[in-house]
This record gives sequence, C-alpha cells and structure tokens, in this order.
Amino acid sequence: MVKLVAIDAGQGLRSRLLAMGLVPNVRITVVSNNHPGPFVLSVKGTKMVLGRGMAHKIMVT
Amino acid sequence: MAGISVAVAGNPNSGKTTIFNMLTGARQHVGNYPGVTVEKKEGRCTHKAYDMTVVDLPGTYSLTACSIEELVARNFIIEQRPDVVLDVVDASNVERNLYLTTQLIEMGVPLVLAFNMSDIAERKGLLFDMEQLSRLLEAKIVQTVGNKGKGRVELLDAIVEIAQQPRRQRAGKVGYGAEIEMELARIEKVLADKEQPLAEKYGARWLAVKLLEQDSDVTAKISQAEVLDAVAGSIQHLTGILGDEPEVVMADRRYGYISGACQETIKTTVELRHTSSDMIDAVVTHPVLGVPIFLLLMYIVFFLTFKVGEYPMYGLEWFFDWAGATIANFWPAESASWLQSLLVDGVIGGVGGVLVFLPNILLLFLAIAVLEDSGYMARAAFVTDRVMHKIGLHGKSFIPMLIGFGCSVPAIMATRILENRRNRFTTIMVVPLMSCGARLTIYALLIPAFFAPRWRGPVLWIIYLIGIVLAIICARILRLTLFKGETTPFVMELPPYRMPTLRGLCIHMWQRGWLYLRKAGTIILALSIVLWAAMSYPKPAEQSLVGLTPEQVRQTELSHSIVGRVGRTIEPVLKPLGFDWKIGTALIGATVAKEVFVAQLGIVYAVGSADEKSQTLREKLRANYTPLTGFCIMLFCLIYAPCVATVAVTRHETNSWIWALFQFFGLTALGYAVTLLVYQIGSLF
Repeated sequence: MVKLVAIDAGQGLRSRLLAMGLVPNVRITVVSNNHPGPFVLSVKGTKMVLGRGMAHKIMVT
Repeated sequence: MAGISVAVAGNPNSGKTTIFNMLTGARQHVGNYPGVTVEKKEGRCTHKAYDMTVVDLPGTYSLTACSIEELVARNFIIEQRPDVVLDVVDASNVERNLYLTTQLIEMGVPLVLAFNMSDIAERKGLLFDMEQLSRLLEAKIVQTVGNKGKGRVELLDAIVEIAQQPRRQRAGKVGYGAEIEMELARIEKVLADKEQPLAEKYGARWLAVKLLEQDSDVTAKISQAEVLDAVAGSIQHLTGILGDEPEVVMADRRYGYISGACQETIKTTVELRHTSSDMIDAVVTHPVLGVPIFLLLMYIVFFLTFKVGEYPMYGLEWFFDWAGATIANFWPAESASWLQSLLVDGVIGGVGGVLVFLPNILLLFLAIAVLEDSGYMARAAFVTDRVMHKIGLHGKSFIPMLIGFGCSVPAIMATRILENRRNRFTTIMVVPLMSCGARLTIYALLIPAFFAPRWRGPVLWIIYLIGIVLAIICARILRLTLFKGETTPFVMELPPYRMPTLRGLCIHMWQRGWLYLRKAGTIILALSIVLWAAMSYPKPAEQSLVGLTPEQVRQTELSHSIVGRVGRTIEPVLKPLGFDWKIGTALIGATVAKEVFVAQLGIVYAVGSADEKSQTLREKLRANYTPLTGFCIMLFCLIYAPCVATVAVTRHETNSWIWALFQFFGLTALGYAVTLLVYQIGSLF
C-alpha cells in the first residue's frame, strides 16, 4: 500500500484520474504490477487498470 | 396529465442503465444529442397522474469539460433544466460515486439518489443511516436493486415528491477551505459586477468554482478581461500557498467532504476480504494465459453465433422463399407483371436476403451483452490493448472489429464505446475489412468451385487473414496521416464480476438488433427497389426472347438492363483483374448486399435461382474462369465497397457523407489495387 504524491499529466488525464479518486495522500493498493501484465491498482474501493505509460505518471511514496 | 422531466446521471458501471430500463421498460427511444455522436436515450413512464420523460445521460465520473460525454451531460442539465436529476450511485462503492454527486450538488439541481446494488452493499456488511445522509446531501435517497427491479415504486414516489417541491437554494455547500473560499468570494464579486447575465444563468459560485479549476468550457464563455485576470491571479496565489494547482486541491476537498459525510453515516460490519474478482483477474489478465483465454472465448462466441443461428436462419430462408412463391401465385402463370417482379425479386429478394441474417446478429449481440454485463469486456480490452496500441488504436477497438466478423452494421454502431474521435473514425473505416457473414456466401460458392478439398480450409483462412492484415495496415496508415494524433491514455475501471440477468441481456440484445432492423427496413428496402429497377429495365424486345428457357430469358433481360450495360461498359477496367462483364454485373448488385452477388451470378449464367450450394453454377464458373480469377473475385469482394447498409450507418455515425463516401471509394480503390497486383503477379506463373 502506498500514498499518492502527485500526478504528472495533462489536464484531461489528470481530471479523469482525480475524479476516479487519485487525490493527494490517498491510499493506493497496487493489485498487480508484473510487466508485461497490466498495472492494476485499487483506490477508494475501485479497481482500475492503467496503461503502462500512465503508471509512470503517478508518483507515490 | 402534468409532466415531469427526469435526467438520469451516474458513474459508468453503477447500474444506471438498468435503473433507466427499470423506470421506462420498453418505452424507449435511442438517438443522438444534437450535433454530436453521443448516444441519447429517452423513455417515458407514468406514475401517480404524472407523465414522466426520462433521459439517460451518458455515464460519467464527473462533470468537467474534459470529455464530450461530460459536457453533454452538463449542458443538458443546465440548458434543459430537468425537474429532477436522478443520480444512480453504486451503494457498494459509495465514496467514489459521490464525487459526481458533489458536482450535481454544486449545480443546485433537485436531486434524488438511487443507492443501487444495495444487495451487494448489504452482503458487504454496509449499514447506512439514510436519514442523516439524506439531510447532509439535501437529497432524497432510495435503496434499489436495479437488476431485480426492487425499489421502482419508491424511486418514482421520490421523484414525484422532489418535483413537487419548489426549487430552493441549498442550505449547505461543499466547502473548500479558507484560502480557496476567499478567492472564490473574490471571483464571485467580479462576476456579479462584470458578467451579470452569465452569473444569473449559471450561478456565480458554480462559475467561480469552474474558473478556478480552469474548466475550458466555462473559461471560454467569459469575455470580460477583469474576470479572467482575477481568476489568473487567484490561481497563481493559491498554487503558491497550497503547493498544488487549485483543481487538484479542490478535488481533494470534495473527497474530504464525502469522507466526512460517509464517516458519520456508513458503518462496515464485516471484514473485507480478497474478493473472488481478484482471483479471476489474476488468471484472465495473466501475461501468458490472458491472450489464449481471450481467443478461446472469442472462438466460443463465434461458434455459438453461427452454429446455433443456422437453424432460425434456415427457417427464415424458407419463410422468404415461401413468401416469394405465394406472392408470385397471385398472378396467373404467363402474365409477367412488373409489380410481381418488384415484390418478389426486388423487395423480398433484397430485404429478405439481409433479414435472413437477423438470428445470427441477435445471437452475436447476446454473446457480447454477456461479456459486457459480466464485466469481462474491460479485461478483454486490456488484453487486446497491447496489440491495438501498436497499430495506433485503443484496446476497446477490438469489440467493434469482433462484431464486424458478423456484420459491419452493428459493428460500426458499436464504435460509440470509443471516446477518442480519431480512434473511432479509424476503426469505422477499417471495420468492413473484417470479412462479414454475407461475404461468406460468396466464398461458400467460389471455393468449392475452384479448389480441391484439401485446399478449401486454408484458402478461406487466407482470405480472412488478408482482411485482418489489411485492416491493421490501413489503421496504421490512417492514424499516421488523416487521423494523426495522440491516442487516449488507457485508463479503465475494472468493475467486479457480476452475474448478468436475463432481463438485462435481452434488453441490450434487442436494442442493437432493433437498430439493425430499422436500417434494413429503410435504406436497404429503398435501394433494393432501385437496384431491381436497374436490373430489370430497359426490357429487351419481345422477339429476341422467343424460344428461350426462363433462365435464358432472365439472362437476356439482365444483359439488356442498366446494370448489364454498366457491367459491359466497365469491362475494360475489370479485365486487368481477370474479370468480365458478367462478374461486373454481379459486383454492382453486391453493393446492395453482398449475398446478392451469388444470386446475380446465377441469373447472368442462366442457372435460375442460385444459392451458394448450386453445383450447376459452380460448374459453369469452373468452365469459364481460372482458380486465380476465382481467388481474385473473393479478394475483391472482401475489400471493395461495403454494402449500402454499411455506408448508411457510417454516414449516421460520422455525421457526414464525406466520410461515408471516403470509406466507399477508398475501399474500392484499395480493392482494385490489391486485386490487380495479385492477378497480374499470379498470371506470371
């Protein structure tokens, strides 16, 4: 489990991710992250899959 | 009867559509929002002496200006001012769902919340203090289980109750913290001074909130520089002291508001465990197993669709043959009436040929509805995304392409699931290259005519493969040229797996099937008649028909008609492909519906009514053409102009004739080029 620090993305993508719960300091559970498989995370009770490029844009501690 | 207008909003996957169906039943109508290709669903419902019009807004996570669905939903609420907004919330996942609710609260709409999937929430051990929550959110809350029809009456009662209340200002509001509130107040003041009409229409606070969030749509509405300057100043100030852009902090504060409300009113009583959904996903999206599982499921879908669909298909074929014969019998044997010919050959021949596919199509839609409703589609989209991404498309593009193997018409309609216009248009352009069910009749006729049994399977497979390869190449080229641009980043919610309900499946299946029927009923009927006329007129002189068999009579008539003449005129153009005027006439006929190709070829070779199993026709073909030509015919049919139904749907989905014609002529040109190449090179051996 990690905490979100920041999202480095254009406004459209950032808006979408914010609406889906990726706000600063929110707890994120990484459900699966085995490359080349999907990057799946769970936040605020929602499971979502992100494309590889996007995983890099989400900064966590 | 007094009327109430209701707009239904909610997250995707919240069961919003099921609730909409629950309210309106079969009284629904699907169309488009004006000027955009976003689906608009409207329905009616009567309750307690009120006549309700219900509009199903697109499913959205928020109401920003970042996607067309959100803008459409937002504008509908602002411009059309529905009496009630029904927000469907997934009760088993409340916090995320309430984000949209906060947006609605800020728009000051009369609100009813449907806490849907409350059975799952109960199973999760969630307990709601509905009274408190209702008071905090200033909205009526009704618990529903959409796919079991529970809560319908209570929901309708709530809607009527809220509609009857006079519109009033909300007592509470979503607070953003001292610093932001100060800036909001400042911006509101400038708005009231400089942009009064806008402030009155939209509400000063809502405008101020959107401006601080740098909402592109709202910002574009502001004309006074003082306002924009004030906003820019506020944003700069806030970014400095908060360390993040206001939009991010405001989203965070909204969730804070939600969290606060939920902590007071929702209790969990059961430990949440690793769900079975996660376990299934570990297998289904496994890096190695994922693709084979996907391919297996696709194979099952196709097998079922075509195998099971065979029986009703034979039934329909029989019915249309019977109908044709019965109508023909209204006239005594010798008198050749044009009306008879019109009805039997034109209408029944043309339209019947397309309607015969209805069972297959309904079954395909059913299979897709199962995949969607169960939740597997989202995983499948991910599995295919890796490949799709390389050709510049989105993982979700595979769904329309898959449907395209059955029929291009519903496939192109299915591209609505693609949010990005560039991806969508590219997919629409190449979908016809997925060899459809109708073309199968052509292959079924030609392959046994020209190829030995051990080659037949491979040849069929090669044709399908060529279609797929060409689609990939064309998609790549289109994405690099005409539809150049960033592809949407892949973010997709993975809803928990659910057991689809029969009711839900039938509704989904029927909705798509009905659209296909409507297309067949209108465009194809009209064009079948036009084509029939072009194939029957002008008639040759009586004397030239003396002494000929009925088949030979039809052959002469066809040869003499417009289509026959056009076929002969274009023969020189077709010669380099190895075709003659007879194939040319059949190709022209096939633009109405691909199945017509076989029937046309039958007429032109005086074989009488031919279908793909006709041995006599096959013998004639073998006698007149080489296997290379046979292969080239199939290749050309695979690629060239899609049937008119496809063109009509393309025009409808792209909102312009230009793209439909581009698809038509582009594919024909491609077909010509490829077939030319294959024939010329093939002839060297």
